Amino acid sequence: MKTILRLTICIFFLGISNMNCQSKMVPIKGGSYIPLYGRDSARVTIQDFLMDVYPVTNEDFLQFVKENPKWRKSKVIKLFADKSYLINWKNDTEIGEKVNLKSPVTNVSWFAAKCYCEKQGKRLPTVDEWEYVGMANQKLSDARTLKTYNEYILGWYEKPRTFNNVIGSTFKNYWGVYDMHGLVWEWTSDFNSVLVSGESRKDVDNDSNLFCGSAAVGSTDLMNYAAFMRYATRGSLKAKYTMRNLGFRCVKDKNIAQ
Amino acid sequence: MKQVKTISMVLAAMFLMASCKNEKSESIAMKSASDIAVKGTIEAELTAPPYVPAPVGNRSAKKLLVNMEILEKEGTMTDGVEYVYWTFGGSVPGSFIRTRVGDEVEFTLSNHPDNRLPHNIDLHAVTGPGGGATSSFVAPGHEKTFSFKTLNPGLYVYHCATAPVGMHIANGMYGLILVEPEGGLPKVDKEYYIMQGDFYTKGENGEPGLQAFDMRKAVDEDADYVVFNGSVGALTGDNAITANVGETVRLFVGNGGPNLTSSFHVIGEIFDNVHVEGGSVINKDVQTTSIPAGGAAIVDFKVDVPGTFILVDHAIFRAFNKGALGMLKVKGEESKKIYSGVKQEGIYNPEGGTIQEMPNGKEDKAVASKQEKSLAQKIADGKQIYTKTCFACHQANGEGIPNAFPPLAKSDYLNADVKRAIDIILHGKTGEITVNGQKYNSVMTKQALNDQEVADVLTYVYNSWGNNKTNVSVNTVMEVKSTH
Repeated sequence: MKTILRLTICIFFLGISNMNCQSKMVPIKGGSYIPLYGRDSARVTIQDFLMDVYPVTNEDFLQFVKENPKWRKSKVIKLFADKSYLINWKNDTEIGEKVNLKSPVTNVSWFAAKCYCEKQGKRLPTVDEWEYVGMANQKLSDARTLKTYNEYILGWYEKPRTFNNVIGSTFKNYWGVYDMHGLVWEWTSDFNSVLVSGESRKDVDNDSNLFCGSAAVGSTDLMNYAAFMRYATRGSLKAKYTMRNLGFRCVKDKNIAQ
Repeated sequence: MKQVKTISMVLAAMFLMASCKNEKSESIAMKSASDIAVKGTIEAELTAPPYVPAPVGNRSAKKLLVNMEILEKEGTMTDGVEYVYWTFGGSVPGSFIRTRVGDEVEFTLSNHPDNRLPHNIDLHAVTGPGGGATSSFVAPGHEKTFSFKTLNPGLYVYHCATAPVGMHIANGMYGLILVEPEGGLPKVDKEYYIMQGDFYTKGENGEPGLQAFDMRKAVDEDADYVVFNGSVGALTGDNAITANVGETVRLFVGNGGPNLTSSFHVIGEIFDNVHVEGGSVINKDVQTTSIPAGGAAIVDFKVDVPGTFILVDHAIFRAFNKGALGMLKVKGEESKKIYSGVKQEGIYNPEGGTIQEMPNGKEDKAVASKQEKSLAQKIADGKQIYTKTCFACHQANGEGIPNAFPPLAKSDYLNADVKRAIDIILHGKTGEITVNGQKYNSVMTKQALNDQEVADVLTYVYNSWGNNKTNVSVNTVMEVKSTH
């Protein structure tokens, strides 16, 4: 209910000003945690930062391409976006009737996402930052060991076409951030530092300090399954790739005044 | 001491020479396969199970284009139970690929844009790292192409090998690729594609609705469903595979796992030839062949008599309780010489009964006794049978048990149709029926009674508890029997 209210207010304001409502951010209190994968699977420390409450929507991105013609469908440089860039949009400046303004924008490349965030004085989150916020459920900052938390994520893998849903349609987590799980995958600035090769079974080799996709999962540690999918997905990407199930949101360092 | 040394040296030398020799001949075979020149390019025919593409026959080695699409989609595991399958080519198991030794397969793997996950493929027929997995790792909305040369003949499994590997396989990402020897496999009349897999769902077997994959159960190897071709009933009833009497049938049987080994057996048939583990060793006259997870076998046999032959995993609870059951329906002339059917029924009474029957190959004397028993006698005998056989469920006075077993007293369902009642005793009954306005949905097993006993017990039931007093004759029972 609150969300709807907030959105309506936003839409109302949007008419008046050119202010972008999805740019609402919440503070994330830093801390340290052990991610599933890491350069040496050691503890990582996260500084305080701000994160977008919602993924970037079609509406937001439409505004962006209007202001930045070089990111329009017909104009985009092939090095920076593959053939399916904004494939579901009608044309350069119209998204078409089948696409919801309030759905997360998908089929955008890493280059496009990165540029979008920079234009707003923000940046893409790192894998570690994204995972840090993604550990939370509604009540806890780290819910990774909870059955319900993992079941929610694994359950999402079985729901087709969630990219058509609107932002805010999943839960609001501990930090006040929506849609970390259950809507779309999201770009991270260093997605390609995750060395999940196509052959996850050999990733046990000492030359890549990674857990093996099949062996790391001790039978007591099923939580990793939900996360493995994200890492595997990141590992399959290249920066110019665009995907129907992949959107993004932006973050900002705390010390930069908003 | 010296002698021992000399002898051991000689022995070692001999051993070394022998092993060199072996290696040499093997590498020659491999080399020659890798040296086979390809002539021309063709698009591979891919088929969904239970069908296979046309045999390669004596075609030369070619460049073979294989285009396979990955689809994540919802399907039916069994009536009322849905499951999200991850598939190669939209089916479980995935499309069948048919090649010959020396082919250069150019494999393109496309990941549908609506899919959520990256995937890849590891083909056991590939000689190379990961069986192709490294080169085919592909994000949704993209495709990857790689090539490999088929060096060894055999029937090979392919499967997805993206982390978490077990989950991708458990969701149905496996299939078979056949590499035929030069000149092809011997000709047969019918060929089919069957692949076993085990599935792990949140709910227990049969629990309705969309069932999620259960990681815990998969790790514990506690399968809810063990099935042929991706779902319960994929090879039964209208989906059964077929053949005609006198034909030779070849089954390409795979086992995707992820966990269980299949004890593959066809009830009422003996495999004339089995390519053990899908390789080059041929075993003959086999009853049950073991197919490991991630392995395959080629079995062939001639069908000599008509009937329905049941394909099972002979770890038998999987067949009758978890779904690993298929059917081969064979049409044609009976051959009494090979299989007679029931020759005769008699009473076997080791306590020294009155009726003793010696098998004499003549007509069954017990059939259609010329003199029908008197009604009173039938009711008396029937009552005995009733107390032995029916009383536990239908109760002493035919009142049945509410919500479990329907009543026989004043039963509209019973009185409406005598032949149906006979049929239920002979063949059993499952599913929902309505008796006196109440719905019942349980199982009555078929009863081991001879014709006279069926007539007696039904006559007793019809002449008790306010039923319509039908006198059921042995002839009516035989008539119902013969319509089956």
